[in-house]
Amino acid sequence: MTMEKIRIDDYTWEIPRGAKPGMNVPARLIASKKIIEELDQGVVDQITNVACLPGIRRYALCMPDGHRGYGFPIGGVAAFGVDDGVISPGGIGFDINCGVRLIRTNLHEKEVASKLRELIDTIFKLVPSGVGSTGIVKLNDREFDRLMAEGAAWCRDKGYAWDSDIEFTEQRGTIPGADPQFVSAKARERGFDQVGTLGSGNHYLEIQKVEFDPDCERDVAEKMGIVEPGQITIMVHCGSRGFGHQIGTDYLQSFGAAMKKYGIQTNDRELACAPFKSPEGQAYYGAMACAANTAFANRQVITHRIREAFTSVFGRSAEELGMYLVYDVAHNIAKIEEYEIDGRRERLIVHRKGATRAFGPGSTDLPDKYKQVGQPVLVGGSMQTESYLLVGTAKAGELTFASTLHGAGRTMSRAAAMKKIHGARLREEMEKQGILIRTISLKGLAEEAGFAYKNVETVVSTVHNLGISRKVARLKPLANIKG
Amino acid sequence: MSEPGFTIIDDGAFADFEFEARGERIEELFANCARALFAALTDLESIKPELEIEFTVEGDSREDLLFAFLSELIFIKDTRKVFLGEFELKLESDNRLYCLTRGEPIDRQRHVIKTDVKAATYHKLKIHKVGNLFVTRVILDL
Repeated sequence: MTMEKIRIDDYTWEIPRGAKPGMNVPARLIASKKIIEELDQGVVDQITNVACLPGIRRYALCMPDGHRGYGFPIGGVAAFGVDDGVISPGGIGFDINCGVRLIRTNLHEKEVASKLRELIDTIFKLVPSGVGSTGIVKLNDREFDRLMAEGAAWCRDKGYAWDSDIEFTEQRGTIPGADPQFVSAKARERGFDQVGTLGSGNHYLEIQKVEFDPDCERDVAEKMGIVEPGQITIMVHCGSRGFGHQIGTDYLQSFGAAMKKYGIQTNDRELACAPFKSPEGQAYYGAMACAANTAFANRQVITHRIREAFTSVFGRSAEELGMYLVYDVAHNIAKIEEYEIDGRRERLIVHRKGATRAFGPGSTDLPDKYKQVGQPVLVGGSMQTESYLLVGTAKAGELTFASTLHGAGRTMSRAAAMKKIHGARLREEMEKQGILIRTISLKGLAEEAGFAYKNVETVVSTVHNLGISRKVARLKPLANIKG
Repeated sequence: MSEPGFTIIDDGAFADFEFEARGERIEELFANCARALFAALTDLESIKPELEIEFTVEGDSREDLLFAFLSELIFIKDTRKVFLGEFELKLESDNRLYCLTRGEPIDRQRHVIKTDVKAATYHKLKIHKVGNLFVTRVILDL
């Protein structure tokens, strides 16, 4: 079914409420003309299914990096009233609190060039990746309970985090309401030995250098400690590992019965949901928060290992190397936030599946250092192309429930990408481009080729031009560990 | 890639792994789905039947049963850190499936590591009868 997309402005397109039976609100696509022309029909089908969910407010939104997923499209954003709306595991994804963090250093490209190989090999040894890997953290049941309830704070107590790491993590690395009683024995068993592991697929750890294009706001970059071209940064993209995947699986199964109980019907079983205030909805929220906190802890333990690697290679402490966290964002999560709906403030449960929170200046959740400029937004490009540091804006609060894009967005299936190029050939190409690659899965590398993604410049320019976030710095890959 | 019992869909879900599986009986269909799952992870022929694991799963419908079966295999892969290549299945009732599976511990030196599978999904999950074959499409989250 082809649906009409009405142009609202240069970067916003609307599919009206009547386009599909059962839509409670219109769907809005954030896209340039080029992106909308090339948009996969699967995204339209999926975002209009989201618009049919009970208690949804204003619009079901899809960001410019959006692509076909299951249930929600990747890039989907939807906000539901806490009293009359739902929570949906399919609106968050199996990899709960998959996210990105950016660590800065005071090193310059010139100092790192001769040691890059040693550096990436050392990190590759210290940060386990790929199927079947286990992390350094050993947990018993009681410690695991604490970790899932406290997230990044647990890491600080155990010596894996600096005080400033907590300050510069979204929601200080602890989502309130995490309740281990709602986590199954299976999820525990799957997750207990995976803290500090990178995972696989599109998860990566990348050493990058800073670049500025003319649109980048240098004064904002400076506030974030990004001061000059060639400065070295490290980006980590991963989530809650098997622990979160199992929680997603458990609740997707149990929500089948909840849907019958509450008389909810959806266009896709993957959109299974329960009223947020119901016992089932609250149980999922409590478990989801446990997974989110575990993901913050996972990225934090990885940060600790990266600092160890830099210290061993450069013979200087991580503090001396200025290895401070710029920020850590979640891009697969549901959070309770307040917005103005029809002239009154309302608490909403905002689902972001492959979308990043983008609070503007003045938000109470931001650390003092960023209160004036807004929240850092981390956009992971493909492993072959640049990533971006952006900043959130007040306009995002007005237009998109303070949400923006999370990556470049795929344009091709993994299977199709693997047919187009062999992993070894891609590694050769990337090394010629100046990007070292380490991975346990050369086959899987082919799936992550730059050509399988949208042009990151195009998607980033879309949100910059619309004003729901603004460019701060471009981050060019120098060495990448693909999970 | 097309094996006798399943075909990987190239133009399917972008970030995930989509396949179509076939079987004359439900047990054969499910076993082919399991083989497709492990084919996403490594080369099937490289998996040696060195250890055995038995389990049963339950589900209200055939689709629920398939989702539960694939989810259990993913759970075993993660917790026992094994690749599985052989599947003997018995439908004990409409909503209960027994599985005896054989495989071996993951060996990164010998097994080609393709990717990892996070979860099975319910997206468009439907088991059809086409002629004398049961057919289904499955999307796995990678």
